[in-house]
Amino acid sequence: MKELIYVLVDHNGENINPTSLETLVLGQELAEKTGRRLHALLLGCNVRNLAEQLAGYEVDSVIYTDNALLEDYTFESQCEALSQILKTETPALLLMAHSYQNIDMAPRLSARLGKALVTDCVDFKLSEGELVFVRKMFRAKLYADVRVRSEPPWLVTLQAGSRFADALVKGSAKVIDRQVDLSSVEIKRVTGETVDFAKDRVDLSQAETIVAVGRGIKKQENMDLIRDLADVVNAEIGASRPVVDNDWLSRDRQIGSSGQTVSPRLYLAIGISGAIQHVVGMKSSQCIVAINSDRNAPIFNVATYGILGDLQEIVPALTKKLREIL
Amino acid sequence: MRIVVCIKEVSSRESRYEVASDEAWINEANISFEINECDEYALEEGLKLKEHFGGEVVVLSVGDPRAEKVMRKALAMGADRGILIADERRQLTSPHLLGKVMSSALKDEEFDLVLTGTQSDDLSYAQTAVVLAELLSIPHATIIMKIEAEPEAKRLRALREMESGRFQWLELPLPALLSIQAGSSPVRYASLKGIMQARKKEIRTLKPEELGVEATAVPELEVVRLYQKKEERKAELLEGETGAIVEQLVEKLQKEAKVL
Ligand SMILES: Cc1cc2nc3c(=O)[nH]c(=O)nc-3n(C[C@H](O)[C@H](O)[C@H](O)COP(=O)(O)OP(=O)(O)OC[C@H]3O[C@@H](n4cnc5c(N)ncnc54)[C@H](O)[C@@H]3O)c2cc1C
Ligand SMILES: Nc1ncnc2c1ncn2[C@@H]1O[C@H](COP(=O)(O)O)[C@@H](O)[C@H]1O
Repeated sequence: MKELIYVLVDHNGENINPTSLETLVLGQELAEKTGRRLHALLLGCNVRNLAEQLAGYEVDSVIYTDNALLEDYTFESQCEALSQILKTETPALLLMAHSYQNIDMAPRLSARLGKALVTDCVDFKLSEGELVFVRKMFRAKLYADVRVRSEPPWLVTLQAGSRFADALVKGSAKVIDRQVDLSSVEIKRVTGETVDFAKDRVDLSQAETIVAVGRGIKKQENMDLIRDLADVVNAEIGASRPVVDNDWLSRDRQIGSSGQTVSPRLYLAIGISGAIQHVVGMKSSQCIVAINSDRNAPIFNVATYGILGDLQEIVPALTKKLREIL
Repeated sequence: MRIVVCIKEVSSRESRYEVASDEAWINEANISFEINECDEYALEEGLKLKEHFGGEVVVLSVGDPRAEKVMRKALAMGADRGILIADERRQLTSPHLLGKVMSSALKDEEFDLVLTGTQSDDLSYAQTAVVLAELLSIPHATIIMKIEAEPEAKRLRALREMESGRFQWLELPLPALLSIQAGSSPVRYASLKGIMQARKKEIRTLKPEELGVEATAVPELEVVRLYQKKEERKAELLEGETGAIVEQLVEKLQKEAKVL
């Protein structure tokens, strides 16, 4: 039993979460390198269709659970279903996407079972039979190899973008129906209405050029620097989260996991450190220019060009130069 | 309402990190410390609830005894008292061990609400809060931007942030635990009066052993190596005199990237 790897696959009833497919890629790699067998796990209601879809990938089997109490996500029923499955099957690993949903649920599962959870991993390493997970710490400026010291199963969540879903190996797997008993689950947390601020917002997804500003701008009065630059290159203005939290720009200009996803031809990241939650929203831009005074800012790991320096100096100079030539 | 706010002392935002010789932690010699960013927002939410409904705000922290300093700041902002779990061995570094000491420290506190941040800026596990909720056997909600409490009815509504700019209301019975997202509402400053009063407020210090964690207890997660990855930098870095680098950049954008 310890020779199994499970991948929990998230979905919204219709589509599979892209990060879950990336997680399945990680599962395939780990299965190959450790000689373990890989199974995909789907929880939901009427998910046989999705299970059939997953069966087209190279996995040993797709295990799915249909249960009315799993139709809408609640941490209570998800945790109970997974506890039951992990207690009888005890795989070596349960891999999951580091999604908002799993991060709400997985730590509870981990504490309930007394099994370690390694969150937000970007990679793994295998040396002399020992498996360690790689994740970022200290504001994404340092990497850490993390060893797990508790008995299997180990629970692991994978950061979005750590693998390419295109790398999934195709195959043909059997589909297995696995029942769980959720009759004792008590739902204490009730889900209410969803508020969508996206309805009448500025749509940045079509912008050709975006000048994005981060906390490095320091105060509202400095925002003119950004507006001037945006004017010259005819750009939309975007922002990282702290700028929006400070009300220096409206919430609908936030770029990142809880904001918009953009892919302009040119993205200027000014005084933005490059936290993953920001980067997921802009990393597919064609050309990224980062202006930052910290040589170790993670934004330089995704940018095409980086200017190391004080934005107070660089931005006006850049605006002036561009005004001359455009 | 009696509200517990979990605050963690972390290396400050301006820190230039250097890996310590044991490779498992940072060199703390030239580092300054502050309250973890979203924990300060959690504190603000707690203080607002106290102002509205009355009651008490207790701050709880696990860490180096030095963390007393950030706790004093929380007391100066308006918290009533503190509980510091002093981790002199730097052993309480994993969510399960943290959850264990924090839940035992709260055993006799008849709290209505526990507030935490969503994620710490050093370890960034984003799980200690939810682990704690499970160990306390209370419901939780994560990434919260707004709270509407009804203490008499023993329940609250909380607005949870979701992917792509959507939010969702959740309703929970009290006691409950909420992890608060940075930016929920502006954080207050400590007043001079607050700072004076904070000096006299109680901080109770507890040891791991008193809370069921012996020196031999092993964290379920262990950082075996901490490192920088210099080769990861993708950007072509331009540095030097401003005029010259701006000139270079514009040329590259025109001729190489062809985006201007
Ligand atoms: C669940 C969750 C969801 C999130 N969603 C999002 C999201 O959608 N979008 C988002 O952006 N963030 C999001 N975040 C927050 C994210 O983790 C970071 O905290 C945020 O992106 C940091 O913003 P920043 O880079 O502007 O600020 P900081 O990290 O503070 O960086 C400021 C940068 O400015 C530089 N700087 C300072 N002064 C100067 C100067 N004079 N000249 C040049 N450079 C300077 C600094 O070196 C630093 O790199 C989310 C977080 C969580 C937990
Ligand atoms: N040592 C600690 N002391 C007090 N609170 C903590 C500690 N570690 C984590 N927390 C709380 O748990 C949240 C999530 O932390 P983490 O799981 O490390 O990302 C933080 O924002 C804090 O509110």
